[in-house]
Amino acid sequence: MIRLIAAFMLSLLLAFAVHAVAVDEKPLEDPVKEAMARDLMKEIRCLVCQNQSIEDSNADLARDLRQVVRERIALGDTPANVRSYLVDRYGDWVLLEPPVKKSTYFLWASPFIFLAFVLYFVLRSRKPAPKPAPLSEEEQAELEKLLHGDTGSER
Amino acid sequence: MQRFVPLLFVLAMFGLFFVMMTTEGRNQKEIKSVLIGKPVPAFSIEGLEEGAPTLTDADLKTGEPVFVNFFASWCVPCRAEHESLMTLARTHGAKVIGIAYKDTPAKALGFLDELGNPFVKTGADSNGRVAIDWGVTGVPETFLVSGNGTIVYRHWGPIVGDGLEAKVLPALEALQ
Repeated sequence: MIRLIAAFMLSLLLAFAVHAVAVDEKPLEDPVKEAMARDLMKEIRCLVCQNQSIEDSNADLARDLRQVVRERIALGDTPANVRSYLVDRYGDWVLLEPPVKKSTYFLWASPFIFLAFVLYFVLRSRKPAPKPAPLSEEEQAELEKLLHGDTGSER
Repeated sequence: MQRFVPLLFVLAMFGLFFVMMTTEGRNQKEIKSVLIGKPVPAFSIEGLEEGAPTLTDADLKTGEPVFVNFFASWCVPCRAEHESLMTLARTHGAKVIGIAYKDTPAKALGFLDELGNPFVKTGADSNGRVAIDWGVTGVPETFLVSGNGTIVYRHWGPIVGDGLEAKVLPALEALQ
């Protein structure tokens, strides 16, 4: 019984989680366009909360921007059009994923640069110890003597 | 020498972080406006007073510099900066236009009655769409528009402290 109740409550929780934001909003009638708008909303930064997308933010501005996105998609704009519409007003910052362009080359390359650094230092510290210098003639003779047992001294 | 390279690298990073954190005039929440140097967006909204003429982008292309201030009666920082707007309009004779963001005309007018009205003209942006076209992320925000309708400066957040003397007035002087 307890398990049943728990399962029910969990399902309730999940149901609310899905509709947490969009509950007071009218989705577009065309499900294809609504899906397109929803996907786009996930890419747009909520500018007041900054690390949330407008899709999962409750901020007023996020709601307004969701409305803008839906309107423009309904009017037949492509996601790229809507994106540039928003970038024209808020700058690249409005996109959660920074676009690849001249000013962001370093940003996008930085993980690889960092990785190269790490690899460089790891490989260098792993270098095998240098080979010892070859034995001189005297040492060689000494070695032969030792190996062949005729040390010259009685045991 | 080579073994100090990682240490130097780490120290350089610390140095960089420290400089970035302590440099004045950097607000990591502030987003640089992309509209600087661009013409003002086209818009047309009702004035706040009943029967007042509509406010359009043409009002910002009159040949003289004009400030555009987005405010709201429900916005606490707007109250804090109001004194600066009054000084800007009364003492420095600047033309300031006020746009009430997501506010009812009655409440916005009440706000101006209470604190004084620094605006030569007002507009009601009831659904916040004009603000979106201006790239406004919250109130207050103040823009300086040159005589030909180009946005030259954006003040993010309230004009308080030395903001008026250090930032807003120099921007205006640069235009004159």
